[in-house]
Amino acid sequence: MASEKSGADILVQALTDLGVEVVFGYPGGAVLPIYDAIFKQKKIRHVLVRQEGGAAHAAEGYARSTGKPGVVLVTSGPGATNVITGLADALLDSIPIVVITGQVPTHLIGTDAFQEADTVGITRHCTKHNYLVKDPAQLGAVVHEAFHIATSGRPGPVVIDLPKDVQIASASYTAPTAPLQHKTYRPQVKPEPTLIETAVEMLAAAERPILYTGGGIINAGPQASEALRTLQKLTGAPVTSTLMGLGAFPASDGAWLGMLGMHGTYEANMAMNKADLIVCLGARFDDRVTGRLDAFSPESRKIHVDIDRSSINKNVRVDLPIVGDVGQAMADMIAVWNARGHQRVNQTEWWARIDGWRARKSLAFPSSDHEIMPQHAIRRLWELSRHRDPIITTEVGQHQMWAAQHFHFERPNRWLTSGGLGTMGYGLPAAIGAQLGAPERLVIDIAGEASILMNIQEMSTATQYRLPVKIFILNNQYMGMVRQWQELTYSSRYSESYSEALPDFVKLAEAYGWTGLRIEKPDDLDDGIARMLDTNGPVMVDCRVAQLANCFPMIPSGAAHTDMILHSEEVTGEASDEAKALV
Amino acid sequence: MHIKEEAAERHTLSIVVDNEAGILARIAGMFTARGYNISSLTVADITEDHKVSRITIVTYGPPEVIDQIIAQLDRLVPVHRVTDLTDLGPYVERELALVKVAGTGDHRIEALRLAEVYRARVVDSTIASFVFEVTGNPDKIDKFCELMREVGLVEVARTGVAAIARGREAA
Repeated sequence: MASEKSGADILVQALTDLGVEVVFGYPGGAVLPIYDAIFKQKKIRHVLVRQEGGAAHAAEGYARSTGKPGVVLVTSGPGATNVITGLADALLDSIPIVVITGQVPTHLIGTDAFQEADTVGITRHCTKHNYLVKDPAQLGAVVHEAFHIATSGRPGPVVIDLPKDVQIASASYTAPTAPLQHKTYRPQVKPEPTLIETAVEMLAAAERPILYTGGGIINAGPQASEALRTLQKLTGAPVTSTLMGLGAFPASDGAWLGMLGMHGTYEANMAMNKADLIVCLGARFDDRVTGRLDAFSPESRKIHVDIDRSSINKNVRVDLPIVGDVGQAMADMIAVWNARGHQRVNQTEWWARIDGWRARKSLAFPSSDHEIMPQHAIRRLWELSRHRDPIITTEVGQHQMWAAQHFHFERPNRWLTSGGLGTMGYGLPAAIGAQLGAPERLVIDIAGEASILMNIQEMSTATQYRLPVKIFILNNQYMGMVRQWQELTYSSRYSESYSEALPDFVKLAEAYGWTGLRIEKPDDLDDGIARMLDTNGPVMVDCRVAQLANCFPMIPSGAAHTDMILHSEEVTGEASDEAKALV
Repeated sequence: MHIKEEAAERHTLSIVVDNEAGILARIAGMFTARGYNISSLTVADITEDHKVSRITIVTYGPPEVIDQIIAQLDRLVPVHRVTDLTDLGPYVERELALVKVAGTGDHRIEALRLAEVYRARVVDSTIASFVFEVTGNPDKIDKFCELMREVGLVEVARTGVAAIARGREAA
């Protein structure tokens, strides 16, 4: 029998055995034994954030850019409640993170003890699974199981709540030698072969096919992105993607239609609307994508590949549901296609229509020589940094959509954005996590002046660990997306959307030991971006942009794909109650 | 603007789960979080080692919502399997109720007579009251309680539905 260790030592040993290199955390009373165990070892690096919410997003950024699970360690009570937003974010975007929370000792649970919160109760709905460990002998197995659940199937956040007395008590621990076989949790990875065959037949017969891809392809690993490229070449189908899936297919490829959905391109949305076959690969027919459901792609048959059965037929009824890993499914489709010697159907007419939609140039924006257009700023940032293959994070709002439209990605794991939950304050901690996972890479947080203030304290974390992250703020002095909706649906009644009393971001940067830059004129844009990129340490850029620019194209809430707004002139001042009631 | 409601059908779901702390909150919480209905819920462990429980839930919803409920239940980590008994084929559904009735004279005699018709047993009695134990499908119990209302119903305790598929196979 193995010698006994304290719960805290078992935890640290299990994390080490699982290959964990970095833990994002913040100490407190209920995790002191774990922090002492961390102090006494050298294998796991602890990164001290400035607020626990930052730790959760940093772990997400690390997970999304590296493909490895992110790990968080926080104390009980407020430590645990501060990570809730990050948990909900990781749940909606299917990001594997494991969060260890301290808890009051078992005999005090339920007594309203100091810094007690019902962590498993509170986190039940924003985790894939959670645990309260009361027996140190179970701890090692729970940690291994938690990682298995977080990273397999549809990935997601898992919480382990660990009372302080369990951290102190001793038990034996041996690392499992065989891969974990869970008694109830067995995600279906391998798709049903007959369904794959049917899918290939449908693809081979389609005259107007489209591949509608999502974050599932990124989660399925780099080989899934490769398989997507191969599948596209074989079938000749155009490719569009959700916000989460950007980078899985190269934006420079002729078959790329750009992002679809509310702020997607005209060609992507029109192609979805007119297609005779939609192959949904690792996406989930989210409301941002479908627009009005009863008008969504009326002429198409639909194939949906998803590892989570509950995603299928949730919003849109499909003709062929395939449960399984999307990378595996595409590899199987390629094998069947090749084995049967299928040839591409002639799609000349389909591509001619697509070219007609492309000619509308839906991403065009007005130019200005006296103020910086935010779209132009993103384009220049892309053009000046693309040779360094940067990792881009964003906050949430107009700048996020402009980045999705105008910054182009060739490879997966370069685009880290809060899609499902839409969490302002995500970008800076995510950039910190990504930079820790890839110290040599260029990591840029494209931000808005309102969002960046939501986790501004994490600048201090970057300073402490000498992380050269860049923050590029598109400062229009408004919560731009809120203001845009107020303009479009509430006759420009700008209720509380003006960013009053902003800090001087250059001085703020300097106060944290960063370099601060301000760009105010279009003529200074390129120089400013170049200075940011050439500066070794962390840089915050306050880029003053046109205040009232709107993000187009746009499908208003409750409208069909064919009812896109391409320009401001098409907008009426007040929306109907039905439209106002939608998110 | 008015909010629309959809037509619903009744389904009895049988959910076999690990008997672990918080499992009931996990299942019931999924229903509330996603806006599904629970009209009855019963739970008890069903194996010799007390490690596995069966939860029987009666729910209402349009067919696509029922499918979604099953898929959502099925992906919870401690869930072994979910069976839609309503969809599967013939099944037996039973509920037990304790019904307290107070009265004298004709009411008391009528209550006893009705209890006999419904095969309800008297499990407690005083000079002026009875407690009946009645078992059956929920409709039968509804009907019995309705009749008792006429003869002095005081209060009712119901267990909720337990259900199992007919035939020799496990569902």
